[in-house]
Amino acid sequence: MGPVETPPRRAEELAVIGKRLPKVDAWGKVIGETKYADDLILPRMAHARLLRARHPHARIKAIDTSRARALPGVLAVITGADFPPVKFGILPVSQDEEALSTEKVRYVGDAVAAVAAVDEETAERATELIEVEYEPLPPIMSIEEALAEGTVRIQEYGDGPNIHKLVSLEFGDVEEGFREADLIREDLFYFEGSNHLPMEQHAAVARWDPDGKLTLWSSTQTPHYVHRTLAKVLELPMSHVRVIATPVGGGFGGKSDPFSHELVVARLAQLTGRPVKCTLTREEVFYAHRGRHPVLMWVKTGVTRDGTIQAMHFRSILDGGAYGSYGVASTFYTGALQTVTYKVPRYKFEGCRVFTNKPPCGPKRGHGTPQPRYAIEVHLDKIAEALGLDPAEMRRRQVVEPFSKTANHLTITTCGLEECIDRVVEASGWREKHRRLPPGRGVGFAASSYITGAGLAIYWNEMPHTGVIVKIDRGGGVAAFCGSIDIGQGSDSVLASVVAEVLGILPEDIRVVTADTDLTPVDLGSYSSRVTLMMGNAAKEAAEKLRGLLLDAAAKKLEVSPAGLVARGRRVYLRDDPERGMSFAEAAQLAEAAYGTLAAAGSYRPPRRGGKFKGAGVGPTPAYSYTACVAEVAVDPETGEVRPLEIWIAHDGGRALNPLLVEGQVEGSVYMGLGEALMEEQIFRKGLHKIPSMLEYKSPTTLETPEIRTILVETNDPEGPFGAKEAGQVPLLPLIPAIANAVYDAVGVRVDEIPITPEKVLKGLDQKGKGQEPRVGPERFPRVSFPEPIRVESAFGQPADLSLKRE
Amino acid sequence: MSLLQEHGPDAMVVAGGTDLFPNMKRRQFEPRVLVGLRGVRELGGIRGSAREGMTLGALATLTQVSLHPEILTHYPALARAADLVSTPQLRNMGTIGGNVCLDTRCNYYNQSYAWRKAIGFCMKKDGDICLVAPGSPRCVAVSSSDTAPVLWSLGARVRLVGPDGERVIPLPALYRDDGIQYLAKAPEEIVAEIALPPVDGLRATYWKLRRRGSFDFPVLGVAVALRREGEVCREARIVLGAVASQPREAVEAERLLAGERLTPELIDRVAEVAARPSKPLDNTDLVYYYRKRMTRVYVARALRELAGLPVGDWPTAMAGRNHANDEEAR
Ligand SMILES: Cc1cc2nc3c(=O)[nH]c(=O)nc-3n(C[C@H](O)[C@H](O)[C@H](O)COP(=O)(O)OP(=O)(O)OC[C@H]3O[C@@H](n4cnc5c(N)ncnc54)[C@H](O)[C@@H]3O)c2cc1C
Ligand code: SF4
Repeated sequence: MGPVETPPRRAEELAVIGKRLPKVDAWGKVIGETKYADDLILPRMAHARLLRARHPHARIKAIDTSRARALPGVLAVITGADFPPVKFGILPVSQDEEALSTEKVRYVGDAVAAVAAVDEETAERATELIEVEYEPLPPIMSIEEALAEGTVRIQEYGDGPNIHKLVSLEFGDVEEGFREADLIREDLFYFEGSNHLPMEQHAAVARWDPDGKLTLWSSTQTPHYVHRTLAKVLELPMSHVRVIATPVGGGFGGKSDPFSHELVVARLAQLTGRPVKCTLTREEVFYAHRGRHPVLMWVKTGVTRDGTIQAMHFRSILDGGAYGSYGVASTFYTGALQTVTYKVPRYKFEGCRVFTNKPPCGPKRGHGTPQPRYAIEVHLDKIAEALGLDPAEMRRRQVVEPFSKTANHLTITTCGLEECIDRVVEASGWREKHRRLPPGRGVGFAASSYITGAGLAIYWNEMPHTGVIVKIDRGGGVAAFCGSIDIGQGSDSVLASVVAEVLGILPEDIRVVTADTDLTPVDLGSYSSRVTLMMGNAAKEAAEKLRGLLLDAAAKKLEVSPAGLVARGRRVYLRDDPERGMSFAEAAQLAEAAYGTLAAAGSYRPPRRGGKFKGAGVGPTPAYSYTACVAEVAVDPETGEVRPLEIWIAHDGGRALNPLLVEGQVEGSVYMGLGEALMEEQIFRKGLHKIPSMLEYKSPTTLETPEIRTILVETNDPEGPFGAKEAGQVPLLPLIPAIANAVYDAVGVRVDEIPITPEKVLKGLDQKGKGQEPRVGPERFPRVSFPEPIRVESAFGQPADLSLKRE
Repeated sequence: MSLLQEHGPDAMVVAGGTDLFPNMKRRQFEPRVLVGLRGVRELGGIRGSAREGMTLGALATLTQVSLHPEILTHYPALARAADLVSTPQLRNMGTIGGNVCLDTRCNYYNQSYAWRKAIGFCMKKDGDICLVAPGSPRCVAVSSSDTAPVLWSLGARVRLVGPDGERVIPLPALYRDDGIQYLAKAPEEIVAEIALPPVDGLRATYWKLRRRGSFDFPVLGVAVALRREGEVCREARIVLGAVASQPREAVEAERLLAGERLTPELIDRVAEVAARPSKPLDNTDLVYYYRKRMTRVYVARALRELAGLPVGDWPTAMAGRNHANDEEAR
């Protein structure tokens, strides 16, 4: 049974869904009882440290571990030679990583060797005794260098010497669209890279059991993919590997890849016969990275006099760092979602990802889309100004049509963006403020959209993306099993709430068992905002099966029809005569007596609704979420400092299963977006990360976070459980351009480069003072030999076909 | 004392440890012997009054300094500087003695051992060149204490106690413009207390440039102290922090103020001259030319504050935070 066939029940019927409930795991976190990976202590456990490369690019000529081995307290020292010669990587098309580098190191921080010792200090000392002979190679540290370098290569594969991926797609004839335009504008933007900065550093513990089976506890967002990688690299059957994801103290995309330290502790545990733990230092988190790609962007849009978009052409170059990671997907994502916010009838996208000698970039909250969203929302702001239009109104008029298709064959279901825009415009006093505030004060507007779970798994397969098993015991206790991992977003609470709602009990009556590959059905992981919708649908299916059994059994006993019964308030009773009924536990006993052990499974696979062209796999999703934002800032004209004063943000995440959790996601996104907009920079000097510490890598504190006014706009999406979409990523996207646009409104300076630091604002003010164009940002877009585009007919405006569902 | 004497450079004293322990973790400091001061009762406490002058024991914590009623009322610039140090937790542990002896900072140096090894060790630790200014014969790491510029502007004196007895020196004499040997005292001498002269009409303020309202070290500190008779400045001290390896007094600018009235025009001129000795280099947060430029802005704002002129009604990060923190402290 799929979600369309069971339209969400009306809100007033729901007992748990829509209520502001605390998270099921909140108490443990508040009192410090939650056990994170680094809190695990097993008997005889050893500690591991990695030796990391000190050159950005070098060939490994020899490694001598003898002195390290001789150090008292050292239990094992390994290098890449201690692993089978098997490469791995999160995407099947980019299998370019090694547990420990064997031939080359590709960035300062690349792992070369590892030590297990009786304690961390000894392991650390031992790594310093390992002698590695390097032959340094020329480092490639920027997009320009990567494009220009023809002989020195970082990786031996890709679409050019140091080009990982080139993409070129055209939907409809953009030239025709530009001919129909009254105004054509081109702009260049740059978005600096940033780290996720999770509070918890990555950590993993491995243990080999006497029966030769491996268990790995890890702080990961994707236990299933780690499971696959361990089996592949260690050449073990998957059935001999168990991965348990420990509660994750923040991920944001940074714990979605399989990592070197996870493979290393597994091998070291095998060699030493002891459990082995490795916890990364904060500095190493900056090396493990997989953070926001730095992206250089060019956008050209043709509009008619009233601002209606006729065609858009968008180019991006991503600085990928040294390895593939999710980069191919990231590249597509910088282009794919341009069409799902506003109506873009014709669209062309050219994307390029280069390799550089820096820690690999990957997915960070919003994966590949905050950069283009920033570019486009500032670009549209400029267009509105050129046309003398109100930027919010100009956008509102061309919000995408619900239940329609986009130029690039994406299917939109519900869309509450118009209402989001109206609500933030209203709440912020936009009309009274925009272009009307005193100098130094300004407001900016932007909007965005995001996916609710990727339409495809990372590796090609026909299986569900998630599964849930629900089991009811004789005392009425309910356990829900799912491979999903709570990374703070509240997925455990969603699982409990959905099951509780269906069975008529409370979240606290449910034990959730998650993220253990031995015990729980597969869930692909906490990425791409997929868990609430996908796991929620699976949980609903499983729980509904059991509810059916309970009601049947209760109906027999009460001698009524099951259709007349409801499960609610820990009871099963007659809808029309609530006094007649029984406790939930009693119904469970009757059902078990009648039907045997009470357990049921549900699973979910998203509909296949994308286009048929190559590259159509990135972008489709069951439903898109929407956000609109107004930011008000003060800019100090003497210091160039930007101080956000207030943020109004309206979010359409479908039905809010728990408004408290949704608001938490929105506020967290605002905070994270502010950091990227104003200060965060993953930058390098002399081949090294310049500031790999929480003190010097500047990220805002609560003191920098202004008042956030969150408005929830609830659509009721047919695809989601009880109408839910997503909340974790889309609210970050509009924040950054809203700030940039507000800075312009305040002081008339365009900072077309993120972050908007005080010196950039001052530079723009200086230019303004000299009568030059007050703009700070990239000046040119390097020549890239994009291939001829794959030309696809635009599907813009076609109605959504929701019959294309899960088979 | 005898421990310090016996172990010489192998020994270090520790007060709150908020600077020392992080540095030991990164192996910037590798003392063999640590001498804890916390047991020495004589080094604690804040005594005296604005009329007679005050004595701050070296172990007085930054929180104590920032909340002491007499200091808040009569030496508010010092309370503010102490309050602007890092975070509440660090201010509860960090001492005023440790703050004036704080190690100089540089973003090539405040890094892990592995990082420093990868980039090549510098002369401040384990190496022999300077990575910021490769031609420089000396280390140019940055004096990053918040309280030192204010204490300097207030005319503070320092009582040092060593194996050969004790001596009292003006605070400026504690410093040298050398990123490695930044303290002009013997390693076995400890700072016992800091003496503030009577207020006697001196009014001072402190402005701190940093990116965030918490955690961050100053990348520019401006302490200004004025003694006025009527409208006329009798005495002026402008001391810049975080622009060199020691606090730096803008003597030329001070001279412009002597005997003059604080008009907006004079303030602008003074600020421009005061910014001259500010020579930040590329080894802290924020680009160095920006920090240089801000010296002028911050000196002007500090002087305007003391002159009772508006400092600009920009509710910006810095101004807003300085005041917000003051309120928080009260
Ligand atoms: C994240 C972080 C942020 C910080 N931000 C700031 C900031 O914004 N502004 C700022 O000024 N500081 C800052 N600090 C530095 C530090 O916390 C303070 O300077 C504090 O006052 C140091 O005092 P302490 O007692 O902890 O010193 P300790 O760490 O104990 O000692 C510091 C140094 O002084 C020496 N020393 C200590 N006491 C004496 C004494 N009585 N006589 C002789 N030598 C002595 C020690 O040997 C050591 O070399 C920060 C530190 C951290 C970790
Ligand atoms: S200023 Fe030069 S010598 Fe001093 S710490 Fe920095 S790099 Fe090293």
